[in-house]
Amino acid sequence: MVTSDPTGSRGTVPASAATTSTGEAQRIPADIAPLHVANVGKIFGRHRALAGVSTTMNAGEITAILGPNGAGKSTLLAIVSTLQAPSSGAIRWGNVELRRGSPERSALGYVGHDPGLYMDLGALANLSLFAALYGVPDGAARAASLLERVGLGGAPPQAPVRTFSRGMLQRLGLARALVHEPSILLFDEPSAALDPAGVTWLGTELQRERDKGRVVVLVTHDLDAAAALAEHVLILRRGRVVRDERRPGPWGAANLRAAYEESCRG
Amino acid sequence: MADRGPRTGFWAQAFRIAGKDLVIEWRSREILATSAFLAVVVVLVFSFAFVVGGVAPPPTVVAGILWVAILISGVVGLGRTFDRERDGDAIRALLLSPVPRTAIYAGKLLATIVLMLGVEAAVAVLVTVFFNARVGDNAGRIASLLLLGTVGFATVGSVFSAALLRARSRDVLLSTLLYPIVVPLLIAGARGTANLLDATPDFDAAAFWTEFMIAVDLIFLVVGAWAFEPIVSGD
Repeated sequence: MVTSDPTGSRGTVPASAATTSTGEAQRIPADIAPLHVANVGKIFGRHRALAGVSTTMNAGEITAILGPNGAGKSTLLAIVSTLQAPSSGAIRWGNVELRRGSPERSALGYVGHDPGLYMDLGALANLSLFAALYGVPDGAARAASLLERVGLGGAPPQAPVRTFSRGMLQRLGLARALVHEPSILLFDEPSAALDPAGVTWLGTELQRERDKGRVVVLVTHDLDAAAALAEHVLILRRGRVVRDERRPGPWGAANLRAAYEESCRG
Repeated sequence: MADRGPRTGFWAQAFRIAGKDLVIEWRSREILATSAFLAVVVVLVFSFAFVVGGVAPPPTVVAGILWVAILISGVVGLGRTFDRERDGDAIRALLLSPVPRTAIYAGKLLATIVLMLGVEAAVAVLVTVFFNARVGDNAGRIASLLLLGTVGFATVGSVFSAALLRARSRDVLLSTLLYPIVVPLLIAGARGTANLLDATPDFDAAAFWTEFMIAVDLIFLVVGAWAFEPIVSGD
């Protein structure tokens, strides 16, 4: 297994103004703790999906989880999101263990390849509903501002979202995940079935959330996207970590592809 | 004064989830239309089969028809209520929210009960008209039996529907799993209703079946609330 600086240097990002990739200066909050995956294992019947997976995902950093099909990427993300319980080990956010019943799980936001929306409700109704479920004050205003942010401010308010295009649904899915201002954002193959413009937009959004100091975790097969976005790369193979490495900036396509092929060889 | 945000207590969240289902149904009227159509077909078919020469069948048969119509239409409505959670993987977003799983269960249950009661009202009217049944004579007691049957049916049905959310042939499986379990409720409901539809109603017998249904509902509610979380979480 290849590891380098397992806790990462970005964990010491000061709470001072930092310049974002979009050029705007934002304060990176110092209170978002790193996410620790501590010796996590998962067994389904006789199949061991994950074995002894440990890593740290820092705030203000994009972590890309890579690996071939069946490597355990989505299982790991499901455990991090508390949707599945690990068979062994734990997920810790700072000093708190994230579990299904723990109130800290409200810090999680999740974007999958499906949007996680009620297809017969309108865009505003969907966001307002999730704002209410999370107890967000003035949820309708928050929902409206998020619709503007993801470029859906002009969408017909009453139209069921099943009439939306795939790209619009993914924008709305991101807005839904952001409605409660989560500290940890999890993305599971979010660019699947998106057109190139949608992929570019999504990359910009990931960077924007990273620059706000959130913990951003991306599960993907798209090595080029991961190379352009991620500073921290975790490569899984057959449920085990075969590479856990950080670089000060995005990896670059050639470097990441070489690292991936080296890790998954054999 | 600062906005303290919406209430996030158990029942507030349960009503919010039920309200969401009812709003969706109000906009589409999909479940009510489909279930009511099925119920009408069942009642019509039975009326052609059992009403011979303008003579209505005995109360035992009419009660059976009423409950079979409710059972068949109920399964359709139940399946569709949970299909809406599966479309767009909304259930994942719902499970990720801080809403307790039992509140999600209570919300789905409430919505299913309201929708089923709407269909049952229409079925009761149809049965009254087609079979000249004395539903109005003991409407309150019959409504109690229908409510108890609906609660029990929706309680178990919601758990199975959640369990089958990602199953391919869930419509077939739902009927196969659900019907045998709700048979006691169906029998009790039909017997109790027959006792009340009779020209000389047997209130003691009807009370016995009502109490029996209350007991079954309580068991179903406890088991349903206990089973929903692990089932919906896939643990």
